[in-house]
Amino acid sequence: MRSRYKMRWYLLFVLPLLLIFSSVVIVPFFMGIGYSFFSWDGLPLNPKIFVGFDNYIKLFSDVRFKDTAIRTILFMFCSVILINLIGICFALFVTSKLKCKNTIRMMLFMPYLIGGLILGYIWKFILGDGMAAIGEMVGNSSVFFNWLVNPKYSFIALIIVICWQMSGYVMVVYIAGLMNISEEVLEAATIDGAGYWQTLLRVKMPLLMPSFTICLFLSLSNCFKIYDINVSLTGGGPNNTTEMFAMNIYNEIFNKNNFGYGQAKAILFLLVVAVFTLIQVNITKKKEVES
Amino acid sequence: MKRFKNVILSCFLLILGICWISPVYIVFINSFKNRAELYENILAFPKEFSLEYYEKTTEKMEFMKVLGNSLFVTIVSTVLIIILSSMTAWMLVRNNNKISKIIFNVFVATMLIPFQTLMMPLLQEMGWFTNMGIPMIDSLGGLIFMNIGFGAGMAVFLYHGFIKSVPVALEEAARIDGCTPWGEFWRIVFPIIKPTTVTVAILDVIWLWNDYLLPSLVLTSKGKRTIPVATAAFFGQFTIQWNMAMAGLMLTMIPVIIFYLCAQKHIIRGVAAGAVKL
Repeated sequence: MRSRYKMRWYLLFVLPLLLIFSSVVIVPFFMGIGYSFFSWDGLPLNPKIFVGFDNYIKLFSDVRFKDTAIRTILFMFCSVILINLIGICFALFVTSKLKCKNTIRMMLFMPYLIGGLILGYIWKFILGDGMAAIGEMVGNSSVFFNWLVNPKYSFIALIIVICWQMSGYVMVVYIAGLMNISEEVLEAATIDGAGYWQTLLRVKMPLLMPSFTICLFLSLSNCFKIYDINVSLTGGGPNNTTEMFAMNIYNEIFNKNNFGYGQAKAILFLLVVAVFTLIQVNITKKKEVES
Repeated sequence: MKRFKNVILSCFLLILGICWISPVYIVFINSFKNRAELYENILAFPKEFSLEYYEKTTEKMEFMKVLGNSLFVTIVSTVLIIILSSMTAWMLVRNNNKISKIIFNVFVATMLIPFQTLMMPLLQEMGWFTNMGIPMIDSLGGLIFMNIGFGAGMAVFLYHGFIKSVPVALEEAARIDGCTPWGEFWRIVFPIIKPTTVTVAILDVIWLWNDYLLPSLVLTSKGKRTIPVATAAFFGQFTIQWNMAMAGLMLTMIPVIIFYLCAQKHIIRGVAAGAVKL
């Protein structure tokens, strides 16, 4: 009697969310695995042809896809390093004992709130027409030209924008980590005669390892999944030279109508993201120390 | 000497901060200029502050309508995520049996799945629902439904972590006094877990307000667009007239900036708390 009463409440509390969650995440997940074995153009009336692992085999001979994958990984490495470097510098700056630190913290964090799509459009203006206009004004066109017509510079533009967005975010996490280091440890270091740099490298950095784990994880998965900025800043262009993983999947499915093949890419995408993040978390977790 | 050093460092940091947000400033000043003036010098101050372009873009983007849609979707989704996730997390913690553990682990594991992996099958499934008479595609309700599903993992995870540290004693006392689990949860537990609610609310508002891909796939008709979808459509429509576009971008940023100025401390704290608990 008692247990049935409990059971009813349990279901009442858990079931609504579980049902929504299952129909939005779980069911599509398994459907997606299924679709990846079929060849289908997305029209409901057209037949779905079972092709087994053909979609996955095809992935390895797809040149555009290979380029995209390599580019995304390169992009991820560059941006993750830059984001964390900038973030930790900012965090060290704004945890010093200055009066204006809160204002500055607020300014540095702001881009994160604006959202990828809008950020991309802002920078599209600055790095595209804006740069060209400045170039005409100062008469120097070696740096000041429309960056977004040049593949290499477009790639750099993407890195700049994601750094602008994410640095403030990881800064906030690093600040929390720095605040957690106890005064006693720092005092002990000073008494032992450690200077600023020694304290920073030998005491603060090792104690910050948990923050590194989190920030690397967040920036890594966000950079991998970059889509909004890609759409608004470069649109994949010029000539698909800045198309990233997520956008390639979108184009394959919704523009080229290769639903099955695109879904196979999407499954591979999941595996790649999972492998990279799990490796990273494992490596950095091992380096964490007890204070 | 020390004070002198501090002044220099402060100045340096202020300049850094101003440079960091200068792109927003560039958007702001250029949103008042006409086409010729804009290309003359994009860094210069505008000659006059006329709201002409703001009025035009407001009309073209149907900004008020779009703003309303965005507010509706963001607020309703966030509130529902909070209610449903906190209830679920509480039950999962307090009945820590095998099934609860499995459910919790599934919630957490799915946080790793990128949206791109789910989008196509999700749209198919929601298409079936729509055909069965439950409007999911091209409806704000459907979008909210999907948002709840995608926000659930993170919210349940954060609540789960916090509720584990809340002592059971109070709830037991309430139960002895004849409270149902419903009353127990809303009168006793929910007020205690308020810090996590703030964190979840802030993280979800930031995510939902800026979410682009899911709404762009789900909302097909013009009158139902949210701000990011409308912005993308606005930029896709014609070759970009930058002065108009700047006014449009400024309009989309104003709500965010107001929200940020009002709840600055909570936002920074909430984001940090949310990340640290991951």
